[in-house]
Amino acid sequence: MEVTLATLWQTYLARSDKFWALAQEHLLTLVVLPVVLAALVSIPLGILATRYRWIQVPSVAFANLMQTIPSLALLAILIALGFGIGNKPAIVALFLYSLLPILRNTYTGILNVDSGILEAARGMGMSAWQILTLVEFPIAFPVIMAGIRTAAVICVGLATLAAFIGGGGLGDFIITGLGMANNNLTLLGAIPAAAMALMLDWVLGKIEQWLTPRGLRL
Amino acid sequence: MSLPGKSVPPAVILERVSKVYDGSYAVRDLSLEIARGELVVLIGPSGCGKTTTLKMINRLIEPTSGRIYIDGRDISTVNPTKLRREIGYVIQQIGLFPHLTVAQNIGLVPYLRGVPRAQREERVDALLRLVGFEPELYRDRYPRELSGGQQQRVGVLRALAADPDLILMDEPFGALDPITREQLQDELKRLQNTFHKTIVFVTHDMDEALKLADRIVLMREGVAVQVGSPEELLRSPADEFVREFIGKRRLVRHPEEVAVGEIMVAAPVTGTPRMGAAEAFQKMQRHQVNTLLVVDEQGVLLGILTLRALQKGIREGGRSRVEELMEPVGATAHPQETVLQAARSLAANRAGLVPVVDEEGRLRGVLTNASLISTLVEVLWPGGEENGTGHGKGRARAAG
Repeated sequence: MEVTLATLWQTYLARSDKFWALAQEHLLTLVVLPVVLAALVSIPLGILATRYRWIQVPSVAFANLMQTIPSLALLAILIALGFGIGNKPAIVALFLYSLLPILRNTYTGILNVDSGILEAARGMGMSAWQILTLVEFPIAFPVIMAGIRTAAVICVGLATLAAFIGGGGLGDFIITGLGMANNNLTLLGAIPAAAMALMLDWVLGKIEQWLTPRGLRL
Repeated sequence: MSLPGKSVPPAVILERVSKVYDGSYAVRDLSLEIARGELVVLIGPSGCGKTTTLKMINRLIEPTSGRIYIDGRDISTVNPTKLRREIGYVIQQIGLFPHLTVAQNIGLVPYLRGVPRAQREERVDALLRLVGFEPELYRDRYPRELSGGQQQRVGVLRALAADPDLILMDEPFGALDPITREQLQDELKRLQNTFHKTIVFVTHDMDEALKLADRIVLMREGVAVQVGSPEELLRSPADEFVREFIGKRRLVRHPEEVAVGEIMVAAPVTGTPRMGAAEAFQKMQRHQVNTLLVVDEQGVLLGILTLRALQKGIREGGRSRVEELMEPVGATAHPQETVLQAARSLAANRAGLVPVVDEEGRLRGVLTNASLISTLVEVLWPGGEENGTGHGKGRARAAG
């Protein structure tokens, strides 16, 4: 089947409403939602992991394990575990995949804060909470943000697989296109997905830069 | 406020303080009273417990036994965070917060203590001026935009910000280059002369200790080996360890321990026997001396030519050569002789000088009244440069 810009354009025009609905679903439901949820869990967990070894060891092991399970297998396992099909198991899977990068970066970011800075903070009479919120977190922030970026980019890619279990998103076009041997349709899903990954990385990079205290910018 | 007739209570009291790690003492049974406005230096080799002692004062480390009082208050009854906000703290790693500006770093403790913003800013600017930082130029800079020396100046200002009576300094200048270190020591001294804070200062650098301390606590293996003023330590070290740690060259020595060879003028002005009177006179003038030591080709001392004899010879004519005008050698000293012995010969000598010669009679140097006094002062009183008597040249740093 022949693919040109013209045929792609026609393919798009034929289902532009569906295209935007899927793109929006892809970005908001399959990327932003699981990444935000993962950040809400991973950042506090990563901070606690720097304080308590009994949290650090199992949480990092769990997050690592999640990362090693092949994505399709994870989706299948989630269905088997009773999450059913559709958005829900996809969101859970993407959430699980996002845990590790954010957890790991939070943990190392906090742990790498210079010991002299911490000693000064303690010696000056800052409470543990003040040290965390006024010193450690701001200094570790760029590293934590980099973890969130990594998670988001991974999710954009993995989210295309969600269509296999009826999770929606741009993967819908890819799978339908593959099934019907319609390359135009496949690419209408694949190219925007790739573009979304690049854009998201860029936008999050800008946000990171903007939120990083000036004294920490290189 | 102290009652009339009653002495001011010590700023800090350590009462039989010990710290045990894994069954061994880091600090053992240490008792110490630090007066208000006193700068006490804790010094000793690494692992001697000096830093542990310091950190027990602001409860970064809790003593295993013993009590510590600040202004008469047992600090174990005070909330540690609250306690630390009342004590300045400066550390070797500086530890400025990289994400905060210079002003925010300095104003942090006042901020924690709830000082209003306007008042904080005023205080920060005043402190910056104190070390010669133009507030408009430095206030909004970030630590990484400053040199190491500037960063530690900010570190010291940060400790001063809440105007604490007590400041703890843990090898604050240890990581700086020697020139910067000396500048910051001078500045600290200047600040101390103005503010009279009570300062506990940890270092392993004996020169630093001698320069800054009102009192030095020399520690080894958790025990205070000797406590005293720099002069006391230099004059009467308690034992061989103290002697060793202070370094032999800094110690106050007794005249019977100093050899002539150490303090003589090694290159005296000499003449030869065949020299003419005019030439000898010129040489004396050029070197601004009134005596020439006459030596032969082998350097053996033959006699002493004084200005008076030379002038007499020139006036009377006839005898015009040095060998005809010089006087016999008289008393000499040997390089290995003690200064005490040489000083006796010097006192007996009218010329005010004693040549130093070796076994073969070769001239090695000369002792004069002037050189004896100035070198004696320098050797016997190495800590005395505050009085302008020495220049502290070639001083070795104590090994930490």
